[in-house]
Amino acid sequence: MSDPKIDGLELKPGFKGMAEDTGSDQTMFKGVHWGKAMMWIFLLSDTFIFSCFLISYMKGRGSTPVEWPNPSEVFALDAFGVPVPLLLIAIMTFVLITSSGTMALAVKYGYEKNRKMCGWLVLATAIGGLTFVGMQAFEWSKLIHEGVRPWENPFGAAQFGSFFFMITGFHGTHVSIGVIFLFIYAYKVFAGHYDDQKRGWFTSMKGDYVEIEILGLYWHFVDLVWVFIFAFFYLW
Amino acid sequence: MSEDFNNNKTIQAQSSETLTGGGGGGLTPDMDYVRPAEVTDQDLYHGHSFITKWVFCQDAKVIGVQYFLLATFTGVVGLILSWLMRLQLGFPGAAGFMTAEHYYQFVTMHGMIMVVYFLTALFLGGFGNYLIPLMVGARDMVFPYLNMVSFWSFFVAVAVLMASFFVPGGPTGAGWTLYPPQTILEGTPGSEYGILLMCLSLILFVAGFTMGGLNYLITVLQARTRGMTLMRMPLTVWGIFTATVLAMLAFPALLVGALMMSLDKVLGTSFFMPTILKAGEVLEYGGGSPILFQHLFWFFGHPEVYIVALPAFGIISDLISVHARKNIFGYRMMVWAIVGIGALSFFVWAHHMYVSGMNPWFGFFFATTTLIIAVPTAMKVYNWILTLWKGNIRMNTVMLWCLGFIVTFVNGGITGIFLGNVSVDVPLSDTYFVVAHFHMVMGIAPLMVIMGAIYHWFPLVAGRFLDEKLGKWHFWTTFLGAYSIYFPMHYLGFIGVPRRYFEMYDSPYMTSAVGMNEFISLAAFLVGAAQFILIYNIIKTLKTGKPAGKNPWKANSLEWLTPTVPPEHGNWGDRLPVVHRWPYDFSVPGAKEDYITQTTPPSEVVNTGVEKT
Repeated sequence: MSDPKIDGLELKPGFKGMAEDTGSDQTMFKGVHWGKAMMWIFLLSDTFIFSCFLISYMKGRGSTPVEWPNPSEVFALDAFGVPVPLLLIAIMTFVLITSSGTMALAVKYGYEKNRKMCGWLVLATAIGGLTFVGMQAFEWSKLIHEGVRPWENPFGAAQFGSFFFMITGFHGTHVSIGVIFLFIYAYKVFAGHYDDQKRGWFTSMKGDYVEIEILGLYWHFVDLVWVFIFAFFYLW
Repeated sequence: MSEDFNNNKTIQAQSSETLTGGGGGGLTPDMDYVRPAEVTDQDLYHGHSFITKWVFCQDAKVIGVQYFLLATFTGVVGLILSWLMRLQLGFPGAAGFMTAEHYYQFVTMHGMIMVVYFLTALFLGGFGNYLIPLMVGARDMVFPYLNMVSFWSFFVAVAVLMASFFVPGGPTGAGWTLYPPQTILEGTPGSEYGILLMCLSLILFVAGFTMGGLNYLITVLQARTRGMTLMRMPLTVWGIFTATVLAMLAFPALLVGALMMSLDKVLGTSFFMPTILKAGEVLEYGGGSPILFQHLFWFFGHPEVYIVALPAFGIISDLISVHARKNIFGYRMMVWAIVGIGALSFFVWAHHMYVSGMNPWFGFFFATTTLIIAVPTAMKVYNWILTLWKGNIRMNTVMLWCLGFIVTFVNGGITGIFLGNVSVDVPLSDTYFVVAHFHMVMGIAPLMVIMGAIYHWFPLVAGRFLDEKLGKWHFWTTFLGAYSIYFPMHYLGFIGVPRRYFEMYDSPYMTSAVGMNEFISLAAFLVGAAQFILIYNIIKTLKTGKPAGKNPWKANSLEWLTPTVPPEHGNWGDRLPVVHRWPYDFSVPGAKEDYITQTTPPSEVVNTGVEKT
C-alpha cells in the first residue's frame, strides 16, 4: 500500500489531510472514474428505496391484526416426499452469491485485458442471474398455485402476499435488468468493444473495461439487497 | 490501493495535453501555480441535425432551457388553476361550471404542479443544468446522454399528469398530499384513473430526476476545472448540489409511496387501507396503515421544501453579492448553513403530522428539530443583510427581487416557527394560516428568486437585457399583490377559516371573511396577470433588447467568462478556464476595477488587498 499520487499530489495523512484532499480542486474522489462515482451514488439512492420498502414491510407486519404466516411452512419445498424448509431459497441465495464471485473475477480479468476470461465470467454471471430469476418465477408460481395473492393469503395476513410479491418483484426487476446488461456486456467484451474503445450505441462514448466494474458494483448491490430480503422475509 | 489507482490511470489517462503549465510566466512564476489537470478533456457528442441539436439535445444548456420552458408551461397551468380556485372563494358561484369536485381537483393539481413539476424542475432541471457546468468550469454535464433522457422522462411525466385532466373522472382531488384511504375510495374525485396517473407521473418524474441528479452530483464532485476547489464554488452551485443530494435521498420515499398506492388501487392490496365500513358494508380492504403513507410522503415532503429552498438560497447569495458589489458575508458559514439545513431536513418530517394521532412525544422531538433549523436559516438571513450593509447597491430589477425575497422569506419563516410548535400548530392546522405560511416561504419567496435569476441570467442565455421598466412594473405588482393576498390569509386563519373548503356557507365567522376573500381574489387575479408581463418582456427583448455583451453585470463567476456569449456547446472553446480565487472578490481595495474575476491570476493583482482564497 503506497500512497497514490496524481501528478504531484500526495494524499495527505490524517483527518485534516482527508478534509484538504476532499475539498481540493477538480475531483473529490481522486482517481475515481465518473461512471463509477455515479454508480455508487445511484446505489445510495437505491438503498433508500429498498430501506423504505423494508421499513414499510416491518410497519405493515406490525400493524395487521391477522396472524403473520410461518415462513418455514410457507416457503418449504417437498424433497423426496419430505418438506424441507427454505430449500429453494437456500439454492437461490447460493446461486446469486456465487454469481457475485464470478462477477468479481470478471472485473479482475477485465482490468488485465484478458478478453476471453472476462467475457466468459460475465456470461457465467448472467447465467447465474438468469437461474435466480427462473427459480424466483418458480417460487412465485408455487405460491400463486397455493392461493397466495397480493390481496389475499390462505396462510394468514393478506399483507404477507402484498409485501412479498411487491418487494421480491422489485428486487427481481433489478436482477432482470442486471441480467440484460450482463448479456449485452458479455457480447461487447467478446466483440472487443472495450479493447478497441468502440463507441457505445446510444451514448457514443468510448468503451472501456471500467464499465465491467460499474456493472459489477450494481450486481454486488443487488446481491446484498437479497441478503436483507432473505433475512426479513424468510428468517423472521 | 496503488493497483486500483493504476487501473484508473488507463481509464481516464492523466492528461498532459490539457496541461497548460502552472507558471503564468509573470513576475513570480510560483505565485500563479495551479495543479495540472487530473483527467483528460471531456469527449462530447456534437449534434448535427435539428433533432440532435434542439430536440434530443445532449447539451446541458439546451436541456436547461427545455426544462425551464416545460416547467414554466406547467407553472402557468398551476396559475390558472389557482385563479379558478380564487374565483370560487372570492365570488362563490361566479365560475358557473365549478362544483365541489372540481374545486378539490384544482387544489390538488395546483399543489402538486407547483411544488414538484414547477419549482423542483425549474430550480434543479432548469438552473441546475444551465449553470452547474458553466459555474464549475466543465464542458458539459458528465453524462450528456443520460441528461437528455432525464428531460424526456420529465416530459413524459408532465404529459401523463396533464392527461389526467382528460380521463373519465378527471384528475385526483385528494389534496396534494394524497392521503389514503380517501384518495382511492369511491366518492373522491379522480379515484377512478386520476390517482393512478398521478402516481405513474410521480414515478416517472423520480426516475427522470434521478438521471439528472446523478449528473449534477458527479459534475460538481468530479468534473470541476483546475483550481476550482469546493470552497471556491459559487453558492448557487452549493445550493443546487445540496438540494440534489436531498432529492436523491428523499424521492425514494415518494417512489415507494406512489408504487404502494398504485398497487392498493389496481391490485386491491391493503398497504395503506384499514378495515373500512361504507354504508353499512365492510369493504374488501383491511389491515393496512394509513399513517405509513403519511410518514413516507413527508419523509419526501419535508426535504422537498428544502430541495426548492436551498437552490434559492444559493442563487440569491450570488445575486446579492454581484449587485451590491460586495463579497458575500461569511461564505464558509453560508456553505455550512446550506449543508446543515439539508441534513436537518431529514429529521423534521413529522411536524406535518401533529394532528395525525401519532404519539405526542414524537411531536416534541420533531418540534425541537424543527426549531433547530431556524438557527442556520437565520444565519443565512443575517449574512444576506450584512452583505448588503454598506454595499454599492445597484437598485435594478434583480436587486429588487432579492430584497423582496429576503423580506418574504423572513415573513414566512417566522410563521413557520409558530407552526413548528405543537401547541400552536394544533389550533392553526388546516386553516388559512398554514396556507399563508407555506405560500410565503416556499411559494412567493423562491418565486422571487426565480424572477431575480431570470433578470440576472437572461443576458447570458439570450445575449440581451430584459427591459428594466417592464421589470420594475412586474416586480412591484407581484410584490405588493402577493402581500395583499397572503397577509389577510393569516388573519383568516386566526379567525378559524378552514382551508380546502369549497364554500363557507353560513358559518358565523364568515361575515368578516367575505370582504377579505373578495379582496384576496382580486389581488390574486392581478398578481397572476402580472406574470404575463415577464413573458411579454422575454418575447419582446429576445429580438429587440439592448445587447448585453460580455459580462454585463461585471460578475466574477465563470459562467460570464466564456469565450462566446451566449456560450456554445462545449462552453470554453479550446482551453478550459483556470481558477485562482473565489467568485466574490468585489470592491477589493487597490484593484483597478471593482471586481476581480475567478480566472484572474494572483500576479495581476499583487498590489491589492485581496485575500488568499
